[in-house]
Amino acid sequence: MAGDLVLSGLTKRFGAFTAVDDLDLTVPRGAFFALLGPSGCGKTTTLRMVAGLEEPTAGSIGLGDDDITGLRPYKRPVNTVFQNYALFPHLDIFENVAFGLRRRGVKEIRRQVEEMLELVELVGYGDRRPAQLSGGQQQRVALARALINRPEVLLLDEPLGALDLKLRRQMQIELKRIQTEVGITFVHVTHDQEEAMTMADTIAVMNAGVIEQRGAPAVLYDLPATTFVANFLGQSNLVAGTILERSGEDLVIDAHGSKQVVPVKRSRVADGEVWVGIRPEKVFLARAGSETDTGANSLRGGVVTDVSYCGVSTQYLARMPWNQELTVFEQNTGARDTFAVGDSVDLHWQPSHTFVLDARQDATAGVEAEETG
Amino acid sequence: MTRTGRWIGRHLVLFAGFLVLLYLFTPIFVVVLMSFNDPKSRLSYEFDGFTLRNWQDPCQPFGLCDAVSTSLRIGLLATVLATALGTLMAFAMVRHRYRGRAATSLFIFLPMASPEIVLGSSLLALFVSAGFGGVLGFWTILIAHVMFCLSFVVVTVKARLAGMDTRLEQAAMDLYANEWQTFWRITFPLVFPGILAAALLSFSLSFDDFIITNLNAGRTVTFPMYVWGSAQRDIPPQINVIGTAMFMLAVLLVLGGELARRRRSR
Ligand SMILES: Nc1ncnc2c1ncn2[C@@H]1O[C@H](COP(=O)(O)OP(=O)(O)O)[C@@H](O)[C@H]1O
Ligand SMILES: [Mg+2]
Repeated sequence: MAGDLVLSGLTKRFGAFTAVDDLDLTVPRGAFFALLGPSGCGKTTTLRMVAGLEEPTAGSIGLGDDDITGLRPYKRPVNTVFQNYALFPHLDIFENVAFGLRRRGVKEIRRQVEEMLELVELVGYGDRRPAQLSGGQQQRVALARALINRPEVLLLDEPLGALDLKLRRQMQIELKRIQTEVGITFVHVTHDQEEAMTMADTIAVMNAGVIEQRGAPAVLYDLPATTFVANFLGQSNLVAGTILERSGEDLVIDAHGSKQVVPVKRSRVADGEVWVGIRPEKVFLARAGSETDTGANSLRGGVVTDVSYCGVSTQYLARMPWNQELTVFEQNTGARDTFAVGDSVDLHWQPSHTFVLDARQDATAGVEAEETG
Repeated sequence: MTRTGRWIGRHLVLFAGFLVLLYLFTPIFVVVLMSFNDPKSRLSYEFDGFTLRNWQDPCQPFGLCDAVSTSLRIGLLATVLATALGTLMAFAMVRHRYRGRAATSLFIFLPMASPEIVLGSSLLALFVSAGFGGVLGFWTILIAHVMFCLSFVVVTVKARLAGMDTRLEQAAMDLYANEWQTFWRITFPLVFPGILAAALLSFSLSFDDFIITNLNAGRTVTFPMYVWGSAQRDIPPQINVIGTAMFMLAVLLVLGGELARRRRSR
């Protein structure tokens, strides 16, 4: 009965505005799946269509062998943890949690509710009202109220968005533990890339109504498919380049006069103009003119323009001869040189850490979104 | 400044509050007092002596209890009708997007803004020209009362409904409640305080109304009309008994509501 959640060609238009655009997505059964994207990209709309609270303009939603596209919300084996919890203010915590069971005429409500309150560590709060609870406690009630129904899919719409940082970290661990314990498919919507990466086993990165890329966090981070993913999931340096030739399993790329070598399988394009991408922490910062490992990619002639010390690491900005500022993170292990503003530096990194994207994409896509998120 | 001067300064707000309360409650106190009056003559406005007789036989003045009963029946019926209709209208106006929604709001507001004397006389003209001139009475009063109560009900319920988060209803639907269950378990309990307030307001507006009622009553006499009529000649102390009883009832209702609210939000 239970199975994968399959969205095909899912589209939602509000008047002339397309909020979700021809979305195809498969969420494997039992997965902790994160839908990650900046505010306004259509995440909530997508969830609401799965829950049945919004009618798709086109496309279908399947759960296992069943097509649930046209079902009323209360006929779907899907429950939602709403963005602002939406707890019933006139019912106490016990009745909030028992609500779904009562509607379905389930027996042994008291025992189940008490078990659920135990799972979310709210034993003894049953006769309180939602308004008498803290944000974190309300969040757990919302979770308990949905989970108690043992849905096939649990939808979580930015469930931790309203909590402060410390509580959020704590709840991330809690949520992950609970998901492992109950084994229900979780679709977790968030605009916090760190949250998505620490919690989910699969991430779908969404932008302007479409899925940009889907995969395991490490895969997405290591080999982003678009400039948006490269910038939104962590940070990236994107340097303009041109593919010169293919030599065996590698591509040779000219970037501002220096030759870069990149494995063919790490490139999205076969020829023409490209972005050569490298993550800031993969770059090795060295004094100008220093020797490097043979085979390393290099960009020379940088000048340090900014140094931010962050404890475990130091973040440098290096201005390159073509006037682009590149970011470098150096771990403060004590084994590496430190640099000051004005120092001349070279940047080196491994070809196997490089990724290559189509130059037609905007190199700044997803940058601001990540900062405000 | 002297110590007493400073004491007065500190308690000035309390003092002012006390004066305002005194101002508000003096008339009511007079009503209660006069309900125990034993007037020497028919036209006495003074407290001549204490008696329980008025309370033992409030129906003694001719037509008084008939008038009270008429007012109560009209009040209750008008309240039920106006509250039911007005609540439905409020739901339509808050929950549905239709052409002429803004215009509806304006039209609903108009009766509250127009002078009662204008409403009453034009309503009378309407009844007469529609051929109801001969049957003015209970039913024409009721129609008039439902009309002017309706606006207040719509405004009161609308305010409550507009402040309600529709995501609560969506959450209920998400938790296996169908439309019917969602309405009775979530929407209604949350809007109920607004509906109750609207009903109480309707009743007191209807029970109290004189101008519109007087113009459309024909030969029917309501309690306010009775009081006005007898004020021309004499005021039987039993009127104060009815007034005091109504006041006590209102106080009890408010107290009961407050107690229930306290218990709910322990
Ligand atoms: N009911 C609606 N009517 C019109 N536009 C809407 C409606 N709901 C959402 N939108 C628009 O659709 C876009 C996506 O919204 P949403 O799914 O809430 O984004 P997210 O949850 O990713 O922040 C937004 O630009 C929003 O303004
Ligand atoms: Mg959202």
